[in-house]
Amino acid sequence: MRGAQKTFSEPGKPAIEVLSGVDLDVAEHEFVCLLGPSGCGKSTLLNMCAGFESIDGGTIAIDGEPVTGPDPRRVFVFQEYAIFPWMSVWDNIAFGLQGRSDAQRHEIARHYIELVGLEGFERAYPRELSGGMKQRVGVARALAVNPDILYMDEPFGALDSLTRLNLRSQLIQIWRREKKTILFVTHDIDEATQLGQRVVVMSARPARIKTIVDLSGLAYPRDIDSAEYIQARDRLFEEMGVSTRV
Amino acid sequence: MSSRWKKVIAPVAVAAVLVALWHLLTYGAANEPAIAKTRFPTPWEVVLGFKHLLTTRPGEKAPQLVSSTVASVFRVMAGFNLAMLLGIPLGLLMGWYAGTYRALNPLVQLLRPISPIAWIPIAILMFKNDEPRSIFLIFVSTIFPITTAAAAAVQNIPQVYIRSAANFGCDGWSLFKKVVLPASLPQILTGLRLALGVGWIVIVAAEMIAVRSGLGRLIQDARDATGRLDLIVATMITIGAIGIGLDALVRRLENVDQIKWGYAKRG
Repeated sequence: MRGAQKTFSEPGKPAIEVLSGVDLDVAEHEFVCLLGPSGCGKSTLLNMCAGFESIDGGTIAIDGEPVTGPDPRRVFVFQEYAIFPWMSVWDNIAFGLQGRSDAQRHEIARHYIELVGLEGFERAYPRELSGGMKQRVGVARALAVNPDILYMDEPFGALDSLTRLNLRSQLIQIWRREKKTILFVTHDIDEATQLGQRVVVMSARPARIKTIVDLSGLAYPRDIDSAEYIQARDRLFEEMGVSTRV
Repeated sequence: MSSRWKKVIAPVAVAAVLVALWHLLTYGAANEPAIAKTRFPTPWEVVLGFKHLLTTRPGEKAPQLVSSTVASVFRVMAGFNLAMLLGIPLGLLMGWYAGTYRALNPLVQLLRPISPIAWIPIAILMFKNDEPRSIFLIFVSTIFPITTAAAAAVQNIPQVYIRSAANFGCDGWSLFKKVVLPASLPQILTGLRLALGVGWIVIVAAEMIAVRSGLGRLIQDARDATGRLDLIVATMITIGAIGIGLDALVRRLENVDQIKWGYAKRG
């Protein structure tokens, strides 16, 4: 994959216009956050990128190839725990590795279980895990098929704030090591400031791009006490039209 | 007190109080011969009734209560298994393919509310022998709840599971085996439990009316031939106990790891 390109333009559905003419280019290995108010249509956009929802106008293309359906080269991590509750942690993580030899499956699954720190829980079932552990299984399952792109739809939205912070820093480490392109949907300004190289600020429905804030100047791991970080965050608060005082 | 004891003590206390009450209400009339035939038996008389039913009579291989129970359980199991064999695949198809659902669901929903008892005359006219008659009746009374449960189970699979599977390139038979079937098992199992309960209720009615053996027939014979309420009550208690046993058998499956996730934790 070289210089992955995406172009959205979405003239709208007949009934409700969810997205109106979104244009965006995302580069290979880039970490881009889509930030917008709840229900603005950013998840719909991500679902269209993943091929789960049809595109009603304009085009979404990856490497110049239009998206027509789901593809293991681009894996979606859902907000709800979409790992399978009837499978053990091991079987969940190995789920996408059907075509490979047993030895290969074993090696890959082992690698990603270690990567997300779930050693010792291979035989556990999702109901025995905390929310944060479940989502780590979801991320490991996605990474195991070695996708080019990760689509993440508020993956940490259902977790408590400490777990969230923890998983974000793990995600940054994984992203830097595994060199994935990540498109991350969130309505949390802090989350976007901590994660994205660029933050795409979306308007309320019908969603369009209000502005794109470039945060590539902020080095990882980001110091959330630094003046630059606070400045960047305040900029996003302002773009979102929210006060920084409570 | 251990929680194990706590679980047992309340129901045992309730049972003891009820049996005592039953004894007090029936004991007074026990020596009155004039109403002896129609009066309700005392608990002890029911115990003696059990003894009577559990005694092998000359010329018979097993005690009446045992052979009747075996006959009834066999019929329910045969009819229920046939209904599962046909009902589960049918329900899964209806749940997965909207077209199949549109085509078949009105028929299923039309047949489902018909009381299984209403099928008894048809069963009598269609089948000469006891076994096919009763198996047919259990089949028609259990297949519709099973089919409906299986169809609803597939329709209720959260979209994220299907999308996740599709994302990893899982489709066709593999999608069915790894995702659709396991995702719907807990709800199918609940449907099976309900259906088996219905089957057990229906077999007694069917045997009372249309069949010459089984627990239902045992009740009917006690009424017609001997007029002994103690035997009727003893048989009814047996029916209740076997019903609990059958339900417990299906519920054991709820504890399998691949199915357990579908049930909220029980206290």
